[in-house]
Amino acid sequence: METMNVGRLILYIAGMSVTTYLIRAVPLAAVRKKISSRFLRSFLYYIPYAVLSAMVFPAILYATSSVLSAAVGCAAAVICALAGLQLLPVALISCAAVYVTELIVGLV
Amino acid sequence: MSKRPESETRGEFAAGLRDGVAIGLGYLSVSFAFGVAAVRAGVPLWAAVVVSMTNLTSAGQLAGLSVIAACGPFVELILTQLVINLRYALMSLSLSQKLAPSVTDGQRLLIAFGNTDEIFAVSSGRDRPVTARYFAGLLTLPWICWTLGTLLGAAANRVLPASVLEALGIAIYGMLIAVVLPAARRDRAVAMVVAAAVVLSCAFAWVPGLKTVSAGFAVIICGVAASVLGAVLRPVEE
Repeated sequence: METMNVGRLILYIAGMSVTTYLIRAVPLAAVRKKISSRFLRSFLYYIPYAVLSAMVFPAILYATSSVLSAAVGCAAAVICALAGLQLLPVALISCAAVYVTELIVGLV
Repeated sequence: MSKRPESETRGEFAAGLRDGVAIGLGYLSVSFAFGVAAVRAGVPLWAAVVVSMTNLTSAGQLAGLSVIAACGPFVELILTQLVINLRYALMSLSLSQKLAPSVTDGQRLLIAFGNTDEIFAVSSGRDRPVTARYFAGLLTLPWICWTLGTLLGAAANRVLPASVLEALGIAIYGMLIAVVLPAARRDRAVAMVVAAAVVLSCAFAWVPGLKTVSAGFAVIICGVAASVLGAVLRPVEE
């Protein structure tokens, strides 16, 4: 793995943190009345779910060393999340499912 | 507004600290997963820790990671953060209504830094106005845990066996699934938006031609398109 350019890395991190900060700070400091546009409020309501979903799938299938173990881990997470488990248990069970699948695949 | 006695303001900080314990414990594990993912993507340990210290946002950091790891264009990184973290603008807007009148403009600027999903949720749920001291207390443990967890996760890459790391690689995705699915189950409109985003995202990953769009931009396009769809078809009630 080639070493990353430190200057570029610092520029990336600064860009990320300043952008994220401004998103949080500008409305808090400047705007104090309620958003009136129903479209904008709806859009902002859906955005986190839409973005998180697009980030997770299908990227999750390539998060481990094989698509098979990742698919099993993904299925485990979906089942646990629908069953109402909290974030940490869902994540750990998903990891365990991947680990066990890799073990079994390694034995076959 | 009158000056509060010293003991009461100290009580506010302590109340914040206490409310932050559960958030901190949760953050420890999420940021551990981020640390693992960052080093696996080729980002050095110090950079992963600095990203966590200065950003304090799981989804945004994870998305930024993919752009950084690919040495992608700077504008893509900024746009990714803008879209993924756009929800914070709404939360900050909402939080501004909840702040105590004693909070100064300078304190507002500091409070903005720590307005994460979970801290926003706890602040909003409070039965009293949020003072600067309460917020400072609330932010303290989550911020420490977020940084510490990243450090531990990044360092774990050097000591944990490969098989365990492979399994941990999926942890952060598991957590995101645990954020999205309960909401999709409660609200059919959210489920529709989620389905649309996933279908679009798969298209960008697998359909020839669309595959050439970088991962960061694909997430932006999918997220915006699915949310516009939701806002048009199922606008939220007030």
